[in-house]
Amino acid sequence: MNNLKNLWENYNLGTVLLNSAKISLFVVVFSIVVSSMAGYGFEIYASKSRNRVYSALLLTMMIPFAALMVPLFRLMYFFNLIDSHWGVILPMIPSVFLTFFFRQSFKQYPKEIIMAARVDGANELRIFFSIVLPSMKSSYAAAAIYAFMTSWNAYLWPLVIIQSEQNKTIVLMISSIASGYTPDFGVVMMAVVIATLPMLVVFFALQKQFVQGVLGSVKQ
Amino acid sequence: MSKSYKRKGLESVWDKWGWIFVSLMMAGVILFIFYPIVYSLYLSTFSTRGFLKTFVGFGNYTKLFRDTYFILSLKNILTILVIQVPIMLFLALIFATLLNDPKVKFKAIYRTALFLPAVTSLVAYTVIFRVMFSNDGLVNRVLMTIGLIKEPIRWLLDPFWAKVTLIIALTWRWTGYNMMFYLAGLQNIPIEVYEAAEIDGATKTVQFFKITIPLLKPIILFTTITSTIGTLQLFDEPMNLAAGVVTGSSVGPGNSLLTPSVYIYNVCFKYSPNFGYASAISYIIVIIAAVLAIIQFKVAGEKE
Repeated sequence: MNNLKNLWENYNLGTVLLNSAKISLFVVVFSIVVSSMAGYGFEIYASKSRNRVYSALLLTMMIPFAALMVPLFRLMYFFNLIDSHWGVILPMIPSVFLTFFFRQSFKQYPKEIIMAARVDGANELRIFFSIVLPSMKSSYAAAAIYAFMTSWNAYLWPLVIIQSEQNKTIVLMISSIASGYTPDFGVVMMAVVIATLPMLVVFFALQKQFVQGVLGSVKQ
Repeated sequence: MSKSYKRKGLESVWDKWGWIFVSLMMAGVILFIFYPIVYSLYLSTFSTRGFLKTFVGFGNYTKLFRDTYFILSLKNILTILVIQVPIMLFLALIFATLLNDPKVKFKAIYRTALFLPAVTSLVAYTVIFRVMFSNDGLVNRVLMTIGLIKEPIRWLLDPFWAKVTLIIALTWRWTGYNMMFYLAGLQNIPIEVYEAAEIDGATKTVQFFKITIPLLKPIILFTTITSTIGTLQLFDEPMNLAAGVVTGSSVGPGNSLLTPSVYIYNVCFKYSPNFGYASAISYIIVIIAAVLAIIQFKVAGEKE
């Protein structure tokens, strides 16, 4: 308990947790909307040219993040987003992996329902947001866990962008306490537990959807 | 979709909607992936110090071959790659095969236990490994109690053992993750195939090598490529495993944990920043990743 008190008083645990939560929330919401729309677009309106674009997209998964880091840093400098949370959030929104994941999921969606909605005169965006999206709950749950996991646990990019103490995330905090010369490992372990807890809660709550989602997207 | 809507005009309507749906993603990808790729290539022909920028052509690339730190980082990463990836993927395959056996009970529990490490934060688990593998840490104490070693192994203070620790950590974190892909693949193999083999007198080991591995080839290729790319990008683990162990300027004992990503980070943000040189390093990594992927495709004999 002493460790917790120490973390709260000396290391701004509250602020740091809020920062992490804020970044993750925005990344999760935006990235699942953007990438599920893209997955839907690529799958439901498949055309030759769009499939080429899709292949190019998949190829970018091969590029190590470190290769993009320098220009991204300059870009964020240009937008005046260094040491801001938006600087961390924005590049994490377009997720090629999630687009791939959603495209795989939409393959199983019955096309007749979309046709029927069209016959009823529904607008394409409406079909997506009020008919397709609500019926794909388990895919969205799996994608949300994945996005939450990557953003909550992100280290390199926040390390590059965030500079001041009050903007740090919990992961950055752990790393900086642990890399001191004589780290208090009791405090570090406490911080590790606190950082891992939300992940575990989310994982166990939505485990079934998550495992099925991962398995389903590979099965094709 | 387009086939059932061949009526004139509709094609172009669907085409328009297709682009609308992918547009947000494409905007993000162009800005945060495509543009950086191109700009990085341009930047790699310059030497940059703060605001000073001098054109050096291929100068950065020729300089790289004489840069002992860069060569060391490449050696480190390739050593880890060649040892860790095969061990991990083989383990993942074995776990997946065991869990796919219909006779095994409590499958869900084992599956969760093996997959759970993949949910933890890279930084968090690395920090825990650092504590466990310290000189008076849990691992040394356990090994000494059961009499396997007489004196503590200097896990994080010796260049060789530091790499071993990193390999153990990576295997712990990623085996379950890869196992999930194999499990998905195994569920597509009809159980009758194994039953037929059983009747023909094939042992479990023969089944594993003659049925499981060949039928899972595409997924093995996929996991090999993703693991290779993942290893080439190693950053969080070496940074946090090494932190504070020796001096601030060395990544692990004798820079034994220096990886290209860590080196890029150091060139950009730790030493006097040289973004042009860092971009050149990035490009070498991209080329290595691409070459390794092509080799893996060739070895797997996939024609796509």
